Amino acid sequence: MTLTKADLVQKVYQNHNLTKAQATEAVEVFLRIAKDCLENGEDLLLSGFGKFNVKNKNARRGRNPQTGKELILSARRVVTFKPSGILRDRINGQQI
Amino acid sequence: MNKSELIEAVSQEINMPIREASTITNTILDSMIDALANGDNIEVRGFGSFMIKEYTSYQGRNPKTGMKIKVPPKKLPFFKVGKELKERVNTGDEQ
Repeated sequence: MTLTKADLVQKVYQNHNLTKAQATEAVEVFLRIAKDCLENGEDLLLSGFGKFNVKNKNARRGRNPQTGKELILSARRVVTFKPSGILRDRINGQQI
Repeated sequence: MNKSELIEAVSQEINMPIREASTITNTILDSMIDALANGDNIEVRGFGSFMIKEYTSYQGRNPKTGMKIKVPPKKLPFFKVGKELKERVNTGDEQ
């Protein structure tokens, strides 16, 4: 099973005294703020979950794996995620 | 931005006290952690997806001492940034 945004809304709705519309808004706002933060080039640190870093990548030579043609990959900014120790432990079955 | 700053921003946007915004934020993050702990993937349109990769046990080395060690099987979460966020970050204002 895959957890989706609708599932998150449902969880917030079930666990809090909110209307469905308020629960939806809360999840949307949470995501929007997280995205705005990363878009501004700022790292997002969520203790107990992990951190999202924005990294600047220099331009480099690459290859189209399909055609084998060489091309220049332009400089770009990407998001990376590093899970926290707590999340890693939970995933590996340690109860916290 | 850290978690308490995020909670503060959420609280202002949804017009609810910090305490309420804090428990809502924890519900969202805990749901995500529970899903991953159950081995489920997460997929949030516009933001990204998380999936669990499983590694079998392998022979490794302690890089400091060079001693051989057996690395036990493990699972790790991977994040793949969504299309919208990827584009927004790449064209963000601090280029």
